[in-house]
Amino acid sequence: MGQIELKGVAKRFGDAEVIPPLDLKIEDGEFVVFVGPSGCGKSTLLRLIAGLEDVSGGKIEIDGRDATAERPAQRGLAMVFQSYALYPHMSVRKNIAFPLKMAKVPQAEIDAKVNNAAEILNLASYIDRRPGQLSGGQRQRVAIGRAIVRNPQAFLFDEPLSNLDAALRVNMRLEITELHNTLKTTMIYVTHDQVEAMTMADKIVVLQAGKIEQVGSPLDLYNHPKNRFVAGFIGSPKMNFMTGAEAAKHDAHEIGFRPEHIAVGETGDWKGKVTVSEHLGSDTFLHVDTEFGIINVRANGNVDVHHGDTIWMTPDRSKVHRFDAAGNTL
Amino acid sequence: MARASTTQRKAVVTVCAWAVGLVIFFPILWTILTSFKSEVDAIAIPPKFLNFNWTLDNYHDVQERSRYFLHFMNSVIISLGSTILALIIAIPAAWSMAFVPGRRTKDILMWMLSTKMLPAVGVLVPIYLIFRDFGLLDTRTGLIIVLTMMNLPIVVWMLYTYFKEIPGEILEAARMDGATLSKEIIYILTPMAVPGIASTLLLNVILSWNEAFWTLNLTAANSAPLSAFIASYSSPEGLFYAKLSAASTMAIAPILILGWFSQKQLVRGLTFGAVK
Amino acid sequence: MATQASRAAGRLMISPAVILLLMWMIVPLGMTIYFSFLRYNLLIPGENPFVGLENYSYFFTDPNFWPSLVNTLFLVGGVLLITTVGGVLLALLLDQPMWGQGIVRILVIAPFFVMPTVSALVWKNMFMNPVNGVFAWIANVFGLPAFDFLAHAPLLSIILIVSWQWLPFATLILLTALQSLDSEQLEASEMDGAGPLARFFYIMVPHLSRAATVVILIQTIFLLSVFAEILVTTNGGPGNASTNLTYLVYSQSLLQYDVGLGSAGGIVAVILANIVAIFLMRMIGKNLET
Ligand SMILES: Nc1ncnc2c1ncn2[C@@H]1O[C@H](COP(=O)(O)OP(=O)(O)O)[C@@H](O)[C@H]1O
Ligand SMILES: [Mg+2]
Repeated sequence: MGQIELKGVAKRFGDAEVIPPLDLKIEDGEFVVFVGPSGCGKSTLLRLIAGLEDVSGGKIEIDGRDATAERPAQRGLAMVFQSYALYPHMSVRKNIAFPLKMAKVPQAEIDAKVNNAAEILNLASYIDRRPGQLSGGQRQRVAIGRAIVRNPQAFLFDEPLSNLDAALRVNMRLEITELHNTLKTTMIYVTHDQVEAMTMADKIVVLQAGKIEQVGSPLDLYNHPKNRFVAGFIGSPKMNFMTGAEAAKHDAHEIGFRPEHIAVGETGDWKGKVTVSEHLGSDTFLHVDTEFGIINVRANGNVDVHHGDTIWMTPDRSKVHRFDAAGNTL
Repeated sequence: MARASTTQRKAVVTVCAWAVGLVIFFPILWTILTSFKSEVDAIAIPPKFLNFNWTLDNYHDVQERSRYFLHFMNSVIISLGSTILALIIAIPAAWSMAFVPGRRTKDILMWMLSTKMLPAVGVLVPIYLIFRDFGLLDTRTGLIIVLTMMNLPIVVWMLYTYFKEIPGEILEAARMDGATLSKEIIYILTPMAVPGIASTLLLNVILSWNEAFWTLNLTAANSAPLSAFIASYSSPEGLFYAKLSAASTMAIAPILILGWFSQKQLVRGLTFGAVK
Repeated sequence: MATQASRAAGRLMISPAVILLLMWMIVPLGMTIYFSFLRYNLLIPGENPFVGLENYSYFFTDPNFWPSLVNTLFLVGGVLLITTVGGVLLALLLDQPMWGQGIVRILVIAPFFVMPTVSALVWKNMFMNPVNGVFAWIANVFGLPAFDFLAHAPLLSIILIVSWQWLPFATLILLTALQSLDSEQLEASEMDGAGPLARFFYIMVPHLSRAATVVILIQTIFLLSVFAEILVTTNGGPGNASTNLTYLVYSQSLLQYDVGLGSAGGIVAVILANIVAIFLMRMIGKNLET
């Protein structure tokens, strides 16, 4: 089991309220991603769940039991840190065995579990090395291995991929997703990268300044953002926003179109001059200077448009996102 | 300076530097040489550099004349004892300051430093009287207590600067893994900080070994470490240069060797981390 | 990492160190202050009446007080001058590429590890002795009369001995600072057309000034309480020619057994040291921010 419920959980550091009271329910077996800009309180929220920080108010329930006052180790959660936090003076094997040793598990059982984890994570070949002799990806695996052997109720990940290079990051992303499919344990994953959130999550929690802006499945957030912040945060390239007459046409204070919902042609609704064109082969990203400011357009395949060209664009008006003056979706 | 220099320039620099280095080192070298001379050779004019009859008699005489070995052991026991005691008190304190800093942590650190700046002579009289009343004068225990307190601020500070370099996440990971506070310190922090703890130990052994204000004022025949014992040579008695040299060589040799290993830590420890 | 539990643990773990140091500071210092207001001589049994500031006025009017204060200042100032100037020069020299740099470094640093009593005795007997000392022989070689250093220039001799002990410290710290200077900074300034002198004054001196300040302040703390070197060489003499404040207090309290007077002197020394300490603490405190 690994159901976690936050009831009115809040956190203050001195006078600064980093997390205003919030409620959140995480179901057993779910892959939940906390996403939001840097400094919005994602790590703090995760550390509250882990028990590394005390809550300033509210209750944390794990599997229905009040865990607010429990020490980190009692909560049955395992954490993978951004810096991996491996014990540098212990071999990989000892690192992975450490939580079991602390729990006074018999040596034979420890060996079996460590070997099992090594097999799952494919790290048997370097099990007797020290962390200092491993690459970033290998360290990441060891950190996950150390989490797995405890059979936790839930895994907590704090930006685990941010120290890896781009190619490795994609690989590890897949591995963690696969691991979740195998273990079916609850995972809470913190990232500032919306691509990671969209690709990995069952459920995304979008945070801003400690506040939950929206909770939902990735496509739910993409198609039905609750407000301007979520609309702008989810999706890449970013949604184009417009106010004024163009918004008035849709009876809104502000409207937004995603770059992939704008078509380029010989004629159209809007005219503009291309400032930058990025040709990826599969897609073409255009930055177009228009009367509404810069508009990002994403076209499928290669479009033969270059810097300085004047082009016409037509938005798919059925895909419009409309917002009121407060930024909420209409 | 990453600057290509000509061989010629390098040669000039080398000669100058070696000359200066040898001049500065000469008193030590001279002491060591003299310790192997006979007393007559020791005062020969012109001085004899290498062309004398090498002898080990002085080392033998020094032990005969006074219980040299006793004082040597006093030095070892007092400097090691006070350093280890200080470490035991300081490790938890430094842990606390490095990993659970509070609002007052900085003030406490600065205050500890300020106690180090209290001139010893300011508390000489009361310490002397307290020691007299408690029978601690001329005991190793008494000196260990004083030197522990003398060194505690430096030990705390050095450990603090080393601990600060250990990422807190690793200790948090241990906590998540179920380590209690004592296990966290014993299995994770201490092994990770071994180099830092060793440097601290080294520097403080050196400082205690060479300490000469308290040792001179609080000890006599029984518990005097070498730094105080050597002072007994200050009243001349016939020909004694060679014996003085032998006693001195034995007194400084261990620390000279330790010191060479601890140059880096020395800077850090004595500047309280202000220069790294 | 700050839950109630860990913060409580933190307080618990820091308390032995804090309590012990607090006792170490307050109890003896309090006693010193208290004694300094009493007429209290170990050789005169009986009452120890409260006499107000009498000890202080005795201390300040003691014919040895002003000379000892002047001696203290000369001793501290002289050693500081020699060690900082010498230290900067030596550090610059040792920072150059050369053969056997490691060994030279060791040779230069060695005196710092020699205990004060040993270095004082070695200098006194084997170098400064007017009959058998190395200096006497050198003077002789040049046809000069031997000079009795400790009899005729006792303070200067002690300054030389103490400088020899502390020069390595200054050198080591300044060298460390010099080596932490980013070589790209020097190269950049060279590209910008700065000659060797300009590089020294505009890049190195500002970089070294911080380390030099630390050297000066820390040495001052130690130099204010130079003791063993005086005890084994001159015993503060001839007369009071090489008596510093620390030695004066020592002789009043442990040689003349005048606890009251010695305590008053101790307090004066504490105040003097604190003036320096305030500056030092400021510097170190600033460093703590980063
Ligand atoms: N121990 C702390 N003391 C004071 N403020 C903190 C502490 N930890 C985090 N904060 C503040 O809380 C906010 C959220 O931090 P964090 O949770 O680390 O953000 P994120 O992980 O989303 O980037 C930041 O403004 C940070 O400065
Ligand atoms: Mg974070």
